[in-house]
Amino acid sequence: MAKVAWPEKGDRKILGSRIPRQDGPPKVTGTAKYSYDINRPDMLWGKLVTSPNAHAELISVDTSVAAAIPGVKAVWVDEELVGDELRYVGQVIACVAADTEEAAIEGAEKVKLQLKALEHQVADDDVALSSGRPSNKEQGNLDEGFAGADVVVEGEYGIAVITHCCLEPHGQVTEVKDGELHVWPSTQNVSRYANQFGDEIEIPQNKIHVDTQYMGGGFGSKFNIDKWGIIGAKLSQETGRPVKIMLDRKEELMIAGNRPSGFAKIKVGLQKDGLISAVDAEVWGSGGQGAFRAPPIPYVFTKVPNTRLVGKGIRTNRGGVRAWRAPNHPQGALLTMSAVDDAAAALGMDSLEFFMKNAALTDRPEVYREELQIAANIIGYRQKAHARGDSGSGPVKRGLGISMHTWGGRGHPSECDVTINSDGSVEAKIGSQDLGTGTRTCIAMVIAETLGLPYEAVTVHLGRNSYPQSGASGGSTTIGGISVSARRAATDALNDLLKTVAGRLGTTDDKLEASAGRIHQIEKAGGGVSWREACSMLGPNSITKRGINNPGESQQEGLISAGVGGVQIADVSVDVETGIVTMNEMVAVQDCGLIVNMKLAESQVYGALIMGITYALYEESIYDSKTGIMLNPDMEFYRLAGIKDVGDLKVHMMTGKGYDDRGIIGIGEPPAISPGAAISNAVANACGVRVPSLPLTPERVIAALQKGGDIA
Amino acid sequence: MNPFEYVAPSDLREASSLLGSRWGQTEVLAGGTDLVTSLKQGITKPKRLVSLKNIPELKRIQVKKNTVRIGAMVTLRDLAANATIQEEFPALVTAIDGIGSSQIINAGTVAGDLCQRPRCWYFRNGFGLLAEDNGDSLVRTGDNRYHAIFGNDGRALFVNASSLAPALIALQAEISIVGAAGREREINAGDLFQAPNNGEDREVALRANEIVSEIKLPRENMQNASYEVRHRHGLDWPYATASVALKIRSGIAREASVVLGHVAPTPWPAVAASNLLNGARVDASLAEAVGEAAARGAKPLSGNAYKVQMVKTAVKRALLAAANA
Amino acid sequence: MSTNHNSSDESGVSRRGFLKGMGVGTVSTGVLSNASLHEARAAEPGVKGPGDTAIVLKINGKNKQLNIEPRVTLLDALRNRLDLTGPKKVCDRGTCGACTVLVDGDPMYACSLLAVEAQGREITTVEGLGTPEKMNAVQEAFIDRDAQQCGFCTPGFVTACSAFVRDNPNASVDEVKNGLGGNLCRCGTYAGMVLAASDAAKEKGSA
Repeated sequence: MAKVAWPEKGDRKILGSRIPRQDGPPKVTGTAKYSYDINRPDMLWGKLVTSPNAHAELISVDTSVAAAIPGVKAVWVDEELVGDELRYVGQVIACVAADTEEAAIEGAEKVKLQLKALEHQVADDDVALSSGRPSNKEQGNLDEGFAGADVVVEGEYGIAVITHCCLEPHGQVTEVKDGELHVWPSTQNVSRYANQFGDEIEIPQNKIHVDTQYMGGGFGSKFNIDKWGIIGAKLSQETGRPVKIMLDRKEELMIAGNRPSGFAKIKVGLQKDGLISAVDAEVWGSGGQGAFRAPPIPYVFTKVPNTRLVGKGIRTNRGGVRAWRAPNHPQGALLTMSAVDDAAAALGMDSLEFFMKNAALTDRPEVYREELQIAANIIGYRQKAHARGDSGSGPVKRGLGISMHTWGGRGHPSECDVTINSDGSVEAKIGSQDLGTGTRTCIAMVIAETLGLPYEAVTVHLGRNSYPQSGASGGSTTIGGISVSARRAATDALNDLLKTVAGRLGTTDDKLEASAGRIHQIEKAGGGVSWREACSMLGPNSITKRGINNPGESQQEGLISAGVGGVQIADVSVDVETGIVTMNEMVAVQDCGLIVNMKLAESQVYGALIMGITYALYEESIYDSKTGIMLNPDMEFYRLAGIKDVGDLKVHMMTGKGYDDRGIIGIGEPPAISPGAAISNAVANACGVRVPSLPLTPERVIAALQKGGDIA
Repeated sequence: MNPFEYVAPSDLREASSLLGSRWGQTEVLAGGTDLVTSLKQGITKPKRLVSLKNIPELKRIQVKKNTVRIGAMVTLRDLAANATIQEEFPALVTAIDGIGSSQIINAGTVAGDLCQRPRCWYFRNGFGLLAEDNGDSLVRTGDNRYHAIFGNDGRALFVNASSLAPALIALQAEISIVGAAGREREINAGDLFQAPNNGEDREVALRANEIVSEIKLPRENMQNASYEVRHRHGLDWPYATASVALKIRSGIAREASVVLGHVAPTPWPAVAASNLLNGARVDASLAEAVGEAAARGAKPLSGNAYKVQMVKTAVKRALLAAANA
Repeated sequence: MSTNHNSSDESGVSRRGFLKGMGVGTVSTGVLSNASLHEARAAEPGVKGPGDTAIVLKINGKNKQLNIEPRVTLLDALRNRLDLTGPKKVCDRGTCGACTVLVDGDPMYACSLLAVEAQGREITTVEGLGTPEKMNAVQEAFIDRDAQQCGFCTPGFVTACSAFVRDNPNASVDEVKNGLGGNLCRCGTYAGMVLAASDAAKEKGSA
């Protein structure tokens, strides 16, 4: 009898190994078909018409010129918006469908909008612009906390709005045919996509077929069907032809994902031994049209005895926010870690020593201390460390910076079917999706481990809503969810097979196990029958079992868990004559419980580091106050780090006792939390002054240096 | 994007005759790295593109005794790979390397680099080259972090985007232009650029039916170098660049020329810096002073004072690199 | 404008299914509103468009005939007319490199090149570099080093990298980074890419 519990370290054949991702070959050869790549017979191209104004009354929409353009087949207009207010640039008003992409673009350009401009507000960094009742959260007694402090330091910090900038934009191909709707969306949420059509489309959910085999990045922005999903269905219904609508880059950067900004005035009290005694934070920022939630401050140091957090939201006429990797944590980390590191510098305390000391104020002191030590060893902290600003006389100053983070990452509800066929083939069906995290590969590994088969023997089908439903890929919940549902299904299927085999071999199933491609007596590997032979005993039948991950139960059983800790240290150079920050090296030490695939887990951490370096140094959604437009809705001035910009990266995954035995925990988001803070602290350590806001552009670095008196 | 005609004549004069007499009617297509983007952005809506790809003489580099003659359609890659250019004109090689993208360097051409449109984000977002709204400059009151700190007294506040121009001007290059009816003229490289003060003119001092045909680079044994300040280390637009060309005899600078890029609506000759340099002994303290001199007279807008510091550094470092060349 | 986007191999193999039904359209006139240009047209036999014009592109070693407007980019011709969707549309402004193809062996941005301009040149897309069954050294190294996540930038990187490695066997890490400066990744796979490109360059150098 096979058990669901994860095998002990010595018994793992596949779990934890470095297997290359299953879908590597189609991806590197360009044969992987992403939603954007789906070309259907007779397909039309849809291009959106969006608001050019940040705030205006939409008086009328004239589609006559657009409709007359050769090739234009249909124009959909949101009639409910006519006479109503437009609230941000890029708000979707209409869509032109045409035979060719060129005609659709030309058509969209020629839809005439009559607008009456209204006053707009796009600034998000000035607390005076906040509105509504501030949130307030207090703990302990602030006055006592500061009274007992030996050093009190106050500073202002900030982090700009960034956008998800998925390389594959949002959108889908939709085909309504014979009363059924087929849709190929770029989504993180295959199983819960169809129900989002709601009453907009009169097609029952069981006739809606969702298919996402490959998708080009989501990062939290692709959970919803979105307005263009509905428009695509309506245009396909109207024209009887498939319709492809993918956002263009400008739209993608304005309306398909914004991470809220966070600015804060923070006062930190330290005892002379460096322990934080009080933190008082007033934080403000913008969620665009939506509500603002104050990021957690003090972040990670949740046991600081005396704290106050006041949050003030600023409404802007800008595209709405979407979840961005570990929502609110990168902001919380940057604001907290900058403030406490400034306090440590004021006290004259070394940063590593300071973080070690204050690990006592976290939920997992031992883990953070161990990770801090490892990170420090890898980067050579003690050899390189120096007091803030004590960086030599040349124009290029080098410095180190530290940050710590945490995240939940418990597996989501998930169901998976595993089938063992009488010819020995094994397949899994699951309504999950592979965002590039390696979901396909990990499912195959879990099942292969369970069945004692080589990894290649398992075929995984995912990305369709006809498969058992599995959660959206958000919150780093996928790996825990899919691993457990696959494990349970495979275990149950194997146990069924063992029963059949036991009857034939004249033994009982509790005496059998599967390993190395055979079914055999427990601990008698090499004996028994081959997998193929065992499966042939099923005769004409196959076995299909459904595995279900109920997160609460699975956590109790130790299959999954929540709550990880990570430490990062950045080593940067600042050219104080140009303000350019260069990454030398960055180390990430991360735990995530039991690791399914070491190669892919490390890739997640590398990726998060690079995305973190990108928002630390480059990314910023820039709006123009007067015109209300986004000034950089492109990839020239909305900068992503390139291959030369990220320095030398080192990743260390925590494994072994105390880690593996926690079960599986998600990894995608946590390592993206700390880079901004670690890099900001490194820049402060290098050049002696705090550059208060991310991104750490040369203009901000030079301004901070000039204010600090270091350059003329 | 509007539809347009396309024609690729094999003769330069014919090419000129296929161009309209007013800007905007037609566009000259070289490597396409900027024009195709401009078409998609709708900042130009020509009725016809005239491609120069079939005109063989535009693709030649001719190394003569006293000059190097570079055809307009020579790719940036071929220019950077040319042995004479590498040996005698490192300022150009650095400028090309600084573009940071093999794809652009492979497709982009020398004349295309010179004639590319500015990257001003108001311009690229449809507010016109001068970026004015009811006569008010959107740039002055708006986000001008990437705009001009020199030559910004008029209506043009964008910065010239050319990578090669500062070096070519410092190296005293001349530019050949072919116009209607085959009329040819030659101008100093610096005279190719202008800061337009009305909505009709462009930032190049050409007529709409004129085509840059060749760049003549004198072989004067100038020591030369460029230095760029860029945010990203790969493909990015510079904040500020400096190109320096000079002769050094017994440690003393002669015939020096310092030209800045990305700081004004045109490439910007730093005259005071050049004057300070000429006749002075080249060392680190002079380089510092020349950098200071180059930055003098800058009139930053509300959000780009930081570029002054970059100018000082770029000039200093370019000069030291040229002196060591 | 016409919407007749037929295509066929030189061998006469029929066009792909998705193209069917796109063939009916009308040719619009009067797009050239400027009188002088319009009149000049008759005397200028070389002038093509603004409607569809017949062109031949040599792609991955095969000639492909297309009827397209001059405004169609090479990227859109590949993706929308020929179903060669390896090159991706991401920035569509010559910045990100996802659309990279080889033109006469050199990497270029297909989004910034008009299809009409690509006539007479050898176009290689990622599909022409290798297949899942027979990958080139760069493609294998990208898998081995896990130099991809979502994979949307991967074809562009593989294409640029294949040309780079061919021209720079035994390239150093710094040279690799210089060579791939015209491509961007969002998931953050540069660490693997540097290793993959170095591996492939080494293999090329020792070959």
